[in-house]
Amino acid sequence: MVLAVRRPKQAKGSLRMPIPTPFHPRTSALCTSYRWKQWAGYYAVCSYEMNHEREYFAFRHAAGLLDVSPLYKYDVGGRDAAAFLSRVMARDVRKLKVGQVGYCCWCNEEGHVLDDGTVTRLDDTRVRVTAAEPALAWLDRNRRGFDVALEDVSERIATLALQGPNSREILKQVCGADVERLKFFRATATKLDGLAAVVTRTGYTGDLGYEVWVARDDALALWDALVAAGKPYGLEPAGLDALDVTRVEAGFILNGVDYFGARDCVIPSQKSTPYEIGLGGTVHLDRDPFVGQEALKREVARGSEWAFVGLEIKWDEMERLYDSFGLPPHLPATAWRTAVPVYANGKQVGQATSGTWSPLLKRNLALASLRTPHAKLGTPLEIEHTIEYQRRTLPATVVEKPFFDPERKRA
Amino acid sequence: MMAKSYDAIIIGAGHNGLVCAAYLAKAGRKVLVLERRHLVGGAAVTEELHPGFKFSVCSYVVSLMRPQIIRDLELPKYGFDLLPLDCAFLPLPDGRSLARWNDYARTRQEISRFSKKDAEVYPEYGHVMMQMGRFSKPIIDDVPPDPTSMNPFEILKLLRLGKRFRELGEDNGIAALKLFTMSAVDFLNEWFESDVLKAPMSVSGIIGTFLGVRSPGTAYVLLHHYMGEIDGAFRSWGFCRGGNGAVSNAIAAAARHYGAEIRIEAPIARVLVKDGTAEGVVLENGEEIRARLVVSSLDPNRTFLRLVGKEHLDPEFATSIERFKLRGSSGKVNLALDRVPEFTCRPGDGPHLRGDIAICPSVDYLERAYDEAKYGDFSSRPYLNVVIPSLSDPSVAPPGKHVMSIFVQYAPYKLKEGPAAWPQKRDAFGDAVIDTLAEYCPTLKESILYRQVLSPWDLEQQFGLTEGNIFHGELSLEQLLFMRPVAKWARYRTPIRSLWICGSGSHPGGGVMGAPGQIAAREILKAGAV
Repeated sequence: MVLAVRRPKQAKGSLRMPIPTPFHPRTSALCTSYRWKQWAGYYAVCSYEMNHEREYFAFRHAAGLLDVSPLYKYDVGGRDAAAFLSRVMARDVRKLKVGQVGYCCWCNEEGHVLDDGTVTRLDDTRVRVTAAEPALAWLDRNRRGFDVALEDVSERIATLALQGPNSREILKQVCGADVERLKFFRATATKLDGLAAVVTRTGYTGDLGYEVWVARDDALALWDALVAAGKPYGLEPAGLDALDVTRVEAGFILNGVDYFGARDCVIPSQKSTPYEIGLGGTVHLDRDPFVGQEALKREVARGSEWAFVGLEIKWDEMERLYDSFGLPPHLPATAWRTAVPVYANGKQVGQATSGTWSPLLKRNLALASLRTPHAKLGTPLEIEHTIEYQRRTLPATVVEKPFFDPERKRA
Repeated sequence: MMAKSYDAIIIGAGHNGLVCAAYLAKAGRKVLVLERRHLVGGAAVTEELHPGFKFSVCSYVVSLMRPQIIRDLELPKYGFDLLPLDCAFLPLPDGRSLARWNDYARTRQEISRFSKKDAEVYPEYGHVMMQMGRFSKPIIDDVPPDPTSMNPFEILKLLRLGKRFRELGEDNGIAALKLFTMSAVDFLNEWFESDVLKAPMSVSGIIGTFLGVRSPGTAYVLLHHYMGEIDGAFRSWGFCRGGNGAVSNAIAAAARHYGAEIRIEAPIARVLVKDGTAEGVVLENGEEIRARLVVSSLDPNRTFLRLVGKEHLDPEFATSIERFKLRGSSGKVNLALDRVPEFTCRPGDGPHLRGDIAICPSVDYLERAYDEAKYGDFSSRPYLNVVIPSLSDPSVAPPGKHVMSIFVQYAPYKLKEGPAAWPQKRDAFGDAVIDTLAEYCPTLKESILYRQVLSPWDLEQQFGLTEGNIFHGELSLEQLLFMRPVAKWARYRTPIRSLWICGSGSHPGGGVMGAPGQIAAREILKAGAV
């Protein structure tokens, strides 16, 4: 028997919100938990089951398949494409070879970060930018004098992230050998089960992983091909809850959580420079002018006020605190992103902006913005912790990040 | 000396008069409010014009109502209940449409259909306007500082304002200066490219003003509308449950609770003035009521030129009051409907009908509407702002039936045949409004059970709004702040001793805001006038 599902009548001309992504027919059939959230106006799965644990372990032990179509994507075309992006980004995009991907941030004139994302040199005259927030108007405002064409391809392109130790093997089943040889942060145009696709070896989990970019109409064929090939390798569709745990383990920042794009800030103290949020490595300072360069040069000369670090919260102390209340230690079920104060000798020196218990590393981890003098490795600090409606602190130490950095990620 | 029975008489039970009365009564003063009509509220009234259909006859939404008044007078206790408007809907003649929602992701999708760039710039614009709103908030919540004064307190106030201005930052500071000088359209041109977005946004710049969207100075009024604040969120509008009369009734109930006396059907013939001092009022029936203070919530023209009389005024002052620009430019059409109106571009019922619906397809459309008005005609295709409050508040119409409120601009008070020609033109004006809306909403005409057409002349006759100006005087820069209603008399005092003003013709101006009434009461008490 075929059950016809009738959609509620919608006024013509209205937009359904949130918008289904091109993979929605597949993801919605699998999302038995009905746990969704809105991501850039699209439906995004939090977890397919009520609990995200299986999805997390798929990322770490097999492979997870994540719909990242809501990412903003812009294609910059023309002979000046790389030069133009070098002008607007803190990174010198011209240094990226064709087929190379770069992690970038872009700033305003004051050197405050607007957003971060990847830049992929697809060919000599075409560069693809991904962003967490819309960037078309901003790119357009800055393109004067450059011979470039801008295209918002966000809706035209469907994207899946295939992440985890088995991702290469799975991809090999459906792609040619060129993908097997694809290096870390490289891109290649290929055929995937007959579909024209761009594969990049990138991701947000800090593991071996790929992102596959296809035309919107090929979305379902891509999903089906990867799911079929992945089954024997333990592939699981995964949602944003599992991703959030992995991205904290990988030490990746998130716009709107760990920092705020300058345009969304009301007061100056809410803004951040690349150096203050751990993106200093993506800034190519000494070169021809780019937006924010002067301010960033001054910051380098003066030293940054803030630093972005990894924290580890001591288990034994936490256990003792819980014990003093007559309770066993309790860990939140998902990664958290409600900022809490961090203190040094009782004085607030910053805030932890997100964190998670790492089921893999068995460590209680957080990402934090701290005043520079307190950001050195090994610095003993205290982090606020609420237990039985009482605010206490737990000892935490500045530790190396990424917390999770397997060799296979780059190998 | 004879004992005076009241500390203060408030002329007019509009929302500002009631706010002023409530604050004075709360401070322990003996207050009498006198209202000409059979109900309180002035231009914030709900009337059952057709059996079962309750109309917010004049003002129809609430946004600017000062939050501290709501708290101070405990208005929710007396029935003040605001339902948020979630959508600004713009149907277009070509079958397209734009709906702006409180949810940005949704709004971005909508605007993207016209301009992707504008969709991105839209929140940036909102951000800047929010900063301006924050900057202006202390200005609308207090007596305007006077830059021409040498009083050290004034200079201190200006310095404080200057500091706040500097805190806006350079870019926002420049935007603020542009707001004060540019036309609404020029200002929006600096941000947006799509006419479909600029038209409905520029309209806020001309509401209640006899200017076009391309006239310099109209950008400021954009801000006036952005200062709206509900529960701490700037830029939000709502319907009051039970119509805008419920706002007035709540304030009246609070005022009575504090001991104020309110008399309806008590029209005032004149203010009793002796030796330059107001001593009370004389009602039209000859009754004399005396008080230590008379506070008028009527517009400045009506207060001074009709109730006081030129013989008691310094000629120069009288001239400035005469010059104070009223020139009403808008009218109102209220409809009782037997069904939910259906728009061709988005058929069916839906959330898009639960906010305000604007008919202003382009900037040129708006400017053309103004062109006709400049020479004394109502616009044949006017700007309309339509709301259907019964969709959000079923208490105002019988089940399944609806009330529709249509704000219409331009309808010049001074028709080329003179204002007295309005009764002959009223129906043609109403027809033009219905014809305009029916172009977007073809079944409208057959669904009308009752219609009320209010020209600016009717607004004057029925509600005492001189020249039909809904704001008691245009919100143009030369009539604002320390110049509202006239320079040197912008602090609620008047040249007549013991006569004060507390209506929309005083700072900070019109809208269902209550600020003039509140600040006037505060100043009266501070001055020890009663």
